[in-house]
Amino acid sequence: MTTRKIEILVGTFIVLAAAAFLMLALKVANAGVSGSGESYVLYAKFENIGGLKVRSPIKVGGVVVGRVASIDLDTVYYTPVVKMEINEQYSNFPETSSVAILTSGLLGEQYLGLQPGFIDETVEILADGDSIQDTRSAIVLEELIGQFLFNRGN
Amino acid sequence: MITDKLQHLGRNTLNNVAGFGRSGLMLFGALVGKPDFRKGFPLLIKQLYVIGVLSLLIIVVSGLFIGMVLALQGYTVLVKFGAEGMLGPLVALSLLRELGPVVTALLFAGRAGSALTAEIGLMKATEQLSGMEMMAVDPLRRIIAPRFWAGVISMPLLALVFNAVGILGGHLIGVDWLGVDGGSYWSTMQANVDLYQDVLNGVIKSIVFAVIVIWIALHKGYDAIPTSEGISRATTQTVVTASLTVLGFDFILTALMFGG
Repeated sequence: MTTRKIEILVGTFIVLAAAAFLMLALKVANAGVSGSGESYVLYAKFENIGGLKVRSPIKVGGVVVGRVASIDLDTVYYTPVVKMEINEQYSNFPETSSVAILTSGLLGEQYLGLQPGFIDETVEILADGDSIQDTRSAIVLEELIGQFLFNRGN
Repeated sequence: MITDKLQHLGRNTLNNVAGFGRSGLMLFGALVGKPDFRKGFPLLIKQLYVIGVLSLLIIVVSGLFIGMVLALQGYTVLVKFGAEGMLGPLVALSLLRELGPVVTALLFAGRAGSALTAEIGLMKATEQLSGMEMMAVDPLRRIIAPRFWAGVISMPLLALVFNAVGILGGHLIGVDWLGVDGGSYWSTMQANVDLYQDVLNGVIKSIVFAVIVIWIALHKGYDAIPTSEGISRATTQTVVTASLTVLGFDFILTALMFGG
């Protein structure tokens, strides 16, 4: 086995491993498409976030437009504040838009459903760092059952 | 009676601690110092061939079969819940997080680790290492260091190849044979696999395992009793100790990376 042959084989090995990594990064983890790209930040206050998690998707009509960046607790009112990172490409949401915590399927994971609002002369477009006022919290099944039983009692 | 037992325990402990110390000194002597790239690089290439390229076949074949088995087993369970669309993430996450690094490390310990131990043990038995010292060549720098770096470089690469081949094997069985939708196989995988959380943590795992396996293999060879029996025992010990240590460290790393 000559040195040249060995070096060629080692080079092939490295190239093969690099190809495997590229496949894992691009085809399996899909990093190049959603990971990069400019985004801007919106905030929303909820009463209850249910099972929403960091990196949960934000969808408009089922299309993913961004992800939840962080979830913190407001230190004054003790309500959860969700920081949303939305793709720069979708930067024309008016301030009348509403956001709700929804569940995909009956048992699926929870996501943020963003509903664009109407536009007229007095309505402004949401900019980086603004808050969405109209929010609907997650439906907690136990509370719903509790209310139902309470109403039946009456 | 009881003092005999105590003495036995004490002697074993002392031997183990002394072994740790010798292995640390060996690695220190091999790695610390001014590197000489002009001399070291050809040696490293040779070892990359022996350790990395020659292990490629067993890694590819076992990766393919493990991916295929995962898809087959996962499908039989998932189809009961009508969730066979989640086959992609099942195969990808099991491979990337656990099976890729761990099985690669176990195969690597059996394929390359045992060979290294036997090679170095025989060098010691035939006085080649002492011969090098006589000629003012440091055997740690010339024999141990290139093998160590070759192992640490090639094992993460082998694990990446293992993962990629395994996912393709899962595709082969899940999509082409069992009829899961090809689009949903890839798209649910892309939605659930994260580059940093899953892919890179797997790479970190396999780097840690590479250091463990290669260190144990080199130390057992370098420390072997220079007889044929001593070398055979050292080779066995390499495979057993390296495999158990890898499994133990896998639990610790998994708890640190994914447990929180």
